[in-house]
Amino acid sequence: MANFYLDNPSLKHHLHHPLMKRIVELRERNYADAEKYDYAPFNFEDTIDSYEKVMEIVGEITGDVVAPNAEAVDAHGPTLSNNRVQYAPGTVENLNAAVQGGLMGLTMPRRYNGLNFPTLTFIMAADMAARADAGFATLWALQDCAETLYEFGDEAQRRAFLPRVCAGETMSMDLTEPDAGSDLQAVMLKATFDEAGNCWRLNGVKRFISNGDADIHLVLARSEEGTKDGRGLSMFIYDKRDGGVNVRRIENKMGIKGSPTCELTYKNAKAQLCGNRRLGLIKYVMSLMNGARLGIMAQATGISEAAYREAVAYAKDRKQFGKAIIEFPAVYEMIANIKAKLDASRAILYETARFVDMYKTLEDIERERKLDAEEKEELKKYKKLADAFTPLGKAMNTEYANQNAYDCVQIHGGSGFMKDYPCERYYRDARITNIYEGTTQLQVVAAIRHVLTGAYLAQMKVYQEEITAPELSGLKARLAKLVDIYERLVPKVADTKNNEYIDFHARRLVDCTGHIILSYLLLLDTQRNPEAFRVSAEVYVACTEAEVKKIDDFISGFDMDNLKYYRK
Amino acid sequence: MSLKIIVLAKQVPDTRNVGKDAMKEDGTVNRAALPAIFNPEDLNALEQALRLKDSHPNSTVTILTMGPPRAADIIREGLFRGADGGYLLTDRIFAGADTLATSYALHMAVKKVGRFDLIISGRQAIDGDTAQVGPQVAEKLGIPQITYAEEIQSVNDGKATVKRRLEHGVEIVAGKLPLLITVNGSAPACRPRNAMLIQKYKHAQTASEAAAAQLGDLLNKRPFLKLGEWSATDVNADPQQCGLSGSPTKVKKIENIVFQAKESKAFDDSDGQIEELMVELINNHTIG
Repeated sequence: MANFYLDNPSLKHHLHHPLMKRIVELRERNYADAEKYDYAPFNFEDTIDSYEKVMEIVGEITGDVVAPNAEAVDAHGPTLSNNRVQYAPGTVENLNAAVQGGLMGLTMPRRYNGLNFPTLTFIMAADMAARADAGFATLWALQDCAETLYEFGDEAQRRAFLPRVCAGETMSMDLTEPDAGSDLQAVMLKATFDEAGNCWRLNGVKRFISNGDADIHLVLARSEEGTKDGRGLSMFIYDKRDGGVNVRRIENKMGIKGSPTCELTYKNAKAQLCGNRRLGLIKYVMSLMNGARLGIMAQATGISEAAYREAVAYAKDRKQFGKAIIEFPAVYEMIANIKAKLDASRAILYETARFVDMYKTLEDIERERKLDAEEKEELKKYKKLADAFTPLGKAMNTEYANQNAYDCVQIHGGSGFMKDYPCERYYRDARITNIYEGTTQLQVVAAIRHVLTGAYLAQMKVYQEEITAPELSGLKARLAKLVDIYERLVPKVADTKNNEYIDFHARRLVDCTGHIILSYLLLLDTQRNPEAFRVSAEVYVACTEAEVKKIDDFISGFDMDNLKYYRK
Repeated sequence: MSLKIIVLAKQVPDTRNVGKDAMKEDGTVNRAALPAIFNPEDLNALEQALRLKDSHPNSTVTILTMGPPRAADIIREGLFRGADGGYLLTDRIFAGADTLATSYALHMAVKKVGRFDLIISGRQAIDGDTAQVGPQVAEKLGIPQITYAEEIQSVNDGKATVKRRLEHGVEIVAGKLPLLITVNGSAPACRPRNAMLIQKYKHAQTASEAAAAQLGDLLNKRPFLKLGEWSATDVNADPQQCGLSGSPTKVKKIENIVFQAKESKAFDDSDGQIEELMVELINNHTIG
């Protein structure tokens, strides 16, 4: 009888952030739906109360159904028969519970049978799901593809597909191919227009497709014959009911075994164009991937949560040299660090989710009416912040999930290496998070732009102003000093105008940015809730100081000529 | 064929995880120290009802519960999972009811609800463990009953086919409608609360709750939020047969018992010792 929402007060803390007032106001359009739908809220308090109650349902399902199934799902995994995927029995139970709980299509508008919930609550659900079973979190979070279909599909497509997603049909995003991984411009799956059938036809192969046997697929394909780059790609909707796509194999993965990763063959598969031709990669998939990256941030955070709880439980229980091992500095330091990284991960996860909610909701309102000047400014501001924070948070949180799972195994000693404890599963599950939806190295490529434009620096200064609690003045002053270092350090690299040199140090600069931003966010959490976050803020800021100084030392002392020792 | 189904459900103290203060000095349950929950087997019963509703379009599931005002939670919990409505039977006069008085009050309320095809309840409540109320309600209504159900396999042609879970196996029986069925804990767990339904019904209230809350004209705008609330008079119950005065059960004495193994015996693995153990277990009827 576990409830992953109620037993984790930090979720409630983030659900009650002051910006929620504005998000709800925008999202609910002044509660106009209350007249039309018998389940729509009628004011802010009522809305937040509904979010809480639904998060409790998620907490119950993830705690009571998904978590107890995780071990068996990991051992059993999905199977392939007659080119179709059969989920593990536990996965089927998990999906049924999620569908019965009405938890699919969380963010879809009510007119498509959705709940019209903000992204933040969807992310919170993914956070809890990943704590229970990271593989299931992948399956569940793929409902986010509906967001892309909603944004770029036409009304007929929305009406055809979105209610099906809300009723529990699953989705997939078919992007990767054997020769097109990080470089999606190389996608070759062929889309040709069939004049006789008045529809598009897809032919080719996709690889590494999560939940590849989904009911509804978004497919990236080359619609413009003779083109070679991203501008020849369009996005298509493939409906499994039409047939034409088979699963050739299910990959045998290290982790997230509950999520079937498939190789797909398309044989004249009927498909519909979604949005405009040629915008598939450059607009729609970029949007799709940004949503997916936020989902992975949540998944990583959920794994960190699981690792933290497991580490504490074991360290309290395990006795050596006459006492519980948590009494030893070597162990309690590891646990304090796991907790600090966990709280910091959650801080940037929900901050990013709020930014996304702000701009996406304003964009949605823009589909209905013209925005006023103030709203336009707001949209621009939050879109920029979401663009900057998504790669930064994805890089930080997924690396932390790996470090936390690693330390969790370490705390278990020999037992951690055995299959007897779930920590080895967390360790394997975490490993994909900093690889898929863009490796950390690619997140750095996206984030370094915002380092160089000063977008993060500007936000650090905004946070600096927002911290007003006198009891945080010490930590605040220490952070201000680190911002000074950062302000000197970035131009030191940027001013060389040497792209290779900038790329070489990019990871370090982004890490440095991440540490400082996450520190500020933890201070802001502490300001609202000192009891819950003070300890993590102290631990994390101490670590940030050491990290920033280390990076400063390395870069400041680095002779550009020494690049030759690294270069192949 | 659409069905009218009544689910009898009870709010009970959660006796599954009891702490030191679970009992009062006088040996009665300290209800304040234990969280009030939906009786577990009544949830199994509700699931059976909801499955019938899924397979028989236009069916309705009505929750009937007796208890203090806060037992309205039971109806809301039912609505969150897919029930259509409910009635709270509440009156000071019902206080102190044993199973006889409880089943009397419930059967009067069932009559007030009107025509029904099935009454489904949990086998027993975890605060009393008597398993008497369901069967007694059936007797008082003069309808057949099937107890220990694990699965209601089908309902058609005026009869229900039910799989019963018994001590040594299962039994499949059929009973004529209207019929009362009590459901075992071994039946499928109840579905979770539904996100849309919880938003729809979270403000559902009985008349006395609505008087205390300040919801403006919400209950008029959304009339489905009004929960039925009945007193003894509302269901035409004879006060003499209700509550304490209708309860022949008298508690004579309550004892605190601490479970502990009185003795333990060690046997080695020789044939002689195993033989001795077998004989002893057969003699005290543990096996055989």
